[in-house]
Amino acid sequence: MSEPDNTAAAVNDDPSRRDFIYIAAGATAVGAVGAIAVPLVAQMNPAADTLAMASTEFDLTKVQEGQQIVIKWRGKPVFIRSRTGAEIKAAQDTPLADLKDPQTDADRVKAGKEQWLILVGSCTHLGCVPTFGAGDYGGWFCPCHGSHYDTSGRIRKGPAPLNLVVPEYDFLTDTRVKIG
Amino acid sequence: MSDHPSTYVPKTGFEKWLDSRLPIVRLAYDSFVDYPTPKNLNYWWTFGGILSVCLAIQIITGIILAMHYTPHVDYAFNSVERIMRDVNYGWLIRYVHANGASMFFFAVYIHMLRGLYYGSYKAPREVLWILGCIIFFLMIATAFMGYVLPWGQMSFHGAVVITNLIGSIPLIGGPILTWLQGGFAVDQATLNRFFSLHYLLPFVIAGVVILHIWALHVAGQNNPAGVEIKSKEDTVAFTPYATVKDGVAIIVFLFLFSVFVFFMPNALGHADNYIPANPLVTPAHIVPEWYLLPFYAILRAIPDKFGGVIAMFGSIAVIFALPWLDTSKVKSMRYRPVMRWFFVIFVIVCLGLGWCGAQLPDAQVIPGLPSFTLFDGQLNSYLWLTRLFTIYYFVFFLLIMPWIGLKEEPLPVPASISEAVLAEHNKKKG
Ligand code: FES
Repeated sequence: MSEPDNTAAAVNDDPSRRDFIYIAAGATAVGAVGAIAVPLVAQMNPAADTLAMASTEFDLTKVQEGQQIVIKWRGKPVFIRSRTGAEIKAAQDTPLADLKDPQTDADRVKAGKEQWLILVGSCTHLGCVPTFGAGDYGGWFCPCHGSHYDTSGRIRKGPAPLNLVVPEYDFLTDTRVKIG
Repeated sequence: MSDHPSTYVPKTGFEKWLDSRLPIVRLAYDSFVDYPTPKNLNYWWTFGGILSVCLAIQIITGIILAMHYTPHVDYAFNSVERIMRDVNYGWLIRYVHANGASMFFFAVYIHMLRGLYYGSYKAPREVLWILGCIIFFLMIATAFMGYVLPWGQMSFHGAVVITNLIGSIPLIGGPILTWLQGGFAVDQATLNRFFSLHYLLPFVIAGVVILHIWALHVAGQNNPAGVEIKSKEDTVAFTPYATVKDGVAIIVFLFLFSVFVFFMPNALGHADNYIPANPLVTPAHIVPEWYLLPFYAILRAIPDKFGGVIAMFGSIAVIFALPWLDTSKVKSMRYRPVMRWFFVIFVIVCLGLGWCGAQLPDAQVIPGLPSFTLFDGQLNSYLWLTRLFTIYYFVFFLLIMPWIGLKEEPLPVPASISEAVLAEHNKKKG
């Protein structure tokens, strides 16, 4: 900076210099507000320990045919259902045209393991836990606002827009799965 | 504060000293003592005072409860039970706080319906009305988060359902939901932040209440005749006339409050909330607290998820727009022979929506009555009854309000408040 010239005339004579200072100061303030907002907003997002959620292993011999067991994974329920032959057939025979969110049963289970249906037990409407075995399609019924799911966990009737979500999972052995 | 000149005369030396530095006594005097009040106010006008009492009760009992409550998923439920069993007078303070929320909403609904009936939202009181709507919205948010804190079954699954509403927004809904919950499900992070916000929001409400009263004192109070104050003849001093009338109403209101607190403290709650939260099992019948049932019913009336959310928020948004939806020149429905009937139906519909919100959508309204399927549900079901009510709710604001206002032939409106009072007086005398 050169010697400041503080006479009124000098200030008035140089409007562009004034404007520059205003704009620069304003831009700095906006930048500062943004920089302050980032941590204040971001702290609400899942913390590192929440993100580092462990995967869960499960022993399938605990589930009897025609039953399901509910386990907790990432704070949410996961359904592990051992389907009967009739339930599998009903799911496979459903024409895609009847579905709100068309997906074949084969896409929702692992090949050769059709007996095992593993789903996030969270209604795709507003997140209630659907009731096992109830509803018009023998799969699940969500008591909150009346969504009916079939034996493949696909939405058939009611306000839910999508099928129950299939989480990522792998068979470690024939009787052990790892979810997540 | 308002356009009436200040009549405060500081008497003592201290008052004079203070008045020239911070005229706070003058402000209080002009606002609550010598404030000119329409002389025809009826008891429906006492609910503003009642609501201030409600807010004070909630803040005081809430601060005390926070001294004993633990916002942790493992301890929250037990800490509430400890308040009920072990903390000295804890049962009393918690029951006052829990029933206080219901009383607060009871009073605010009457206050809002009073404003609706007497046209208190019309020029020059639009800003006053909108500030009131903001308070109402903040009350809903506060009450919802407060209901989550005991971490019972209804608390937990209510929180799941309501936060998931946000998730239905296309594209950005998912990330916002995770941000709001602080994880992938309602959990510790959610409970902790709800506690923080539940403590904060009542003070925000108190701030908006101050603006609400400020706006009230700039525009002046509306009154049952719906004509503005024309002369000093039309008014009485706020103190003692309005203060005492408010006082009587507050005492009666506190009687009702006490009946709930001491004789039926759980009548308005839900038994399921005395079961500790279990993320793996949803209660068979999940309902919000009674005061949110009408909005919950509107949410369920729409077959589409995002559409339901829009309708629910829309049902609150239309209240904000009310000053511009009503086209009538006449404020008070006393002089609106057609509109008042639509108002009566509106009140019944709101109660009906509340009733429907508590029922299972597929249940039959009239048991045994044969019916048929219309689109996606039986006609004789709460689903369709709710839809009917929802349609009226929106038609009332969006069509009836503007249309009747233009078509209706209002009754002769009195020239002044005094004239209205005298006419009524003469009528009574026969
Ligand atoms: S949450 Fe399942 S139907 Fe609404």
